[in-house]
Amino acid sequence: MFSKDRWKEILEVLSSNVWRTVATAFGVGWGIFILIILLAAGKGLENGIRQDFNGVATNTMFMWTETTSMAYEGLPEGRNFNFKLEDVDLLRRNVPELRIISPRNSIRMQEGDNVIRGTETGRYRVFGDYPEIIEQNPMFVAHGRFFNYNDINEKRKVVVIGDGIRQDLYEEDEEVLGTYLKISGVNFMVIGTYKEKTNNGGENSERQIFMPFTSFSQAYNRADNVGWMAITAKDGSSISELNEEVINTVKQSRKVHPDDERAIGYFDLYEQFNRVESLFGALRFVAYFVGILVLISGIIGVSNIMLIVIKERTKEIGIRRALGENPWSIRLQILMESIFLTIISGMIGIIFGALSIYGINSLLDSIGPVDMFLNPSVSLGVVVSALVILIVSGLLAGFIPANSAIRVRPIEALRTE
Amino acid sequence: MIEIKNLHKSYKMGSNSLHVLKGINFSVEEGELVAIMGSSGSGKSTLLNILGMLDELDEGSYDLDGVPIKNLNETKAANYRNKFLGFVFQSFNLINYKSAMENVALPLYYQRVGRKERQEKALKYLDQVGLKEWAEHLPSELSGGQKQRVAIARAMAAEPKVLLADEPTGALDSKTSYEVMDLIQKINDQGNTILIVTHEPDIADMCKRIVHLKDGIILEDKKIKQVRASEYV
Repeated sequence: MFSKDRWKEILEVLSSNVWRTVATAFGVGWGIFILIILLAAGKGLENGIRQDFNGVATNTMFMWTETTSMAYEGLPEGRNFNFKLEDVDLLRRNVPELRIISPRNSIRMQEGDNVIRGTETGRYRVFGDYPEIIEQNPMFVAHGRFFNYNDINEKRKVVVIGDGIRQDLYEEDEEVLGTYLKISGVNFMVIGTYKEKTNNGGENSERQIFMPFTSFSQAYNRADNVGWMAITAKDGSSISELNEEVINTVKQSRKVHPDDERAIGYFDLYEQFNRVESLFGALRFVAYFVGILVLISGIIGVSNIMLIVIKERTKEIGIRRALGENPWSIRLQILMESIFLTIISGMIGIIFGALSIYGINSLLDSIGPVDMFLNPSVSLGVVVSALVILIVSGLLAGFIPANSAIRVRPIEALRTE
Repeated sequence: MIEIKNLHKSYKMGSNSLHVLKGINFSVEEGELVAIMGSSGSGKSTLLNILGMLDELDEGSYDLDGVPIKNLNETKAANYRNKFLGFVFQSFNLINYKSAMENVALPLYYQRVGRKERQEKALKYLDQVGLKEWAEHLPSELSGGQKQRVAIARAMAAEPKVLLADEPTGALDSKTSYEVMDLIQKINDQGNTILIVTHEPDIADMCKRIVHLKDGIILEDKKIKQVRASEYV
């Protein structure tokens, strides 16, 4: 079946009309090329967006208080309220599937600068947090350390500042650690700087100040109030399924009407993440859909050319059958020619696709990061499935011509002069 | 070797039916050299095609070397053609992108003979027809007589029981025709059975027996004294 003679013949036939073969091959190569490029572009977008979620615990929701819209248990509507620290413990007890609960307080942003260092001033967001927040936020400590439970327990007046603040308030090579900042009238010592893991937050995400939750509460007189919580579920449970339970728990402890939808605001990151995930799925589908449609036109081209080749070779096929060649052998020959042509041209398409992706990557490297687009690539799996598609399409392309070659009776084939 | 009884064949031409062969009874012994003569439309090519299993008979029976030839599917017909028959055509019908040797080796390839043995045999038969030096040449580089000799070598390569030649000299000048007939006579001398369709009386005279066809029936079937082609060469 794969004898040397058969291969020799395939090459002879395909090289007998080089330009026609090349033009036909172009159709299939182009189809695969488009498929590869589309998939790579989708992957690039996917990588770019995924990077935005990089380092964020995606199985996370954020929750904050708003104003009640319904009267409940003697309390009026339109009431402002806060979470309490005891709600955090309550949640830990009531919803065991939760992994991290980070309560947070922050200074309401007002007019004017709130941070002073010597003659430099700035206006920054200030958070009182627990150490676990670093697992939920896409940041890493660039210099010094993050605060820990000793700082929490002793209510130390220490802060971790963003690298942007360092740039604003300090000289380029000035030592940051151990210096003091006056934040809304209270002095804090800087024990670390952080940087963002991603670049999507823009400038402001590296212009924030983190301090121990307890220090914050004491310095700014928040008692046991909690303004905001970041809640991450354990691996294996979905926060999207837990958020109702979480919210109902705090509604009950804060005496909010169970049907009051407006009292507690929340943002389900996991749901957003899943939405984006399904967008990737849709993108992949579109890439395959369009790519395969383009490929089909190439395959039809191959099929057409094979039909023409067979028309031209009618007499030859007649001679060969008169000499006693088995019809199956002829069919196999034509199928192999067709598959060979599609695979070779498809391989060329894959190679050109890979080269283009390589080119785009080095272009991206040279012009620096582009928003929402990173490292377009195709996996080996995609290449393998492209090859499978090629073999199947080669078979399909050869099938009709092969059968039409068999259908001509040798006597009629010989009669064509 | 060949046994034909009451053979009928007609072709449908639109609504008309053309009765080409109207009851042929005919047999050929081993080692015979038979010329089938007749004007065009007499049915001689149709008869040869049926003998060559390239066409099917409508009625009657056909035995080849004791094997009844009927209701063959294409695979079986191809197999029988390969084993039993060698064809020589008026227009040579060589495959033009294959060398002389590859053309001769084709029937052996279909018999799944190994590559090396195939080439040896092909060379042997090319040598017999005097074209060993031309083995690597493409058909386009050969003259008409040479092409026909390659075709004969190809027909002989599979060592068939019967050699069928359809106007083998029809496209050749008389000198080359006699050379080809000389070759055919020599092959016949080795004991091979050969049938030749021709309308040229001088070619027919070089056979051992002439069958005259007219309007689909055998008009005359006589043994003759063979004229040796070598006398003219």
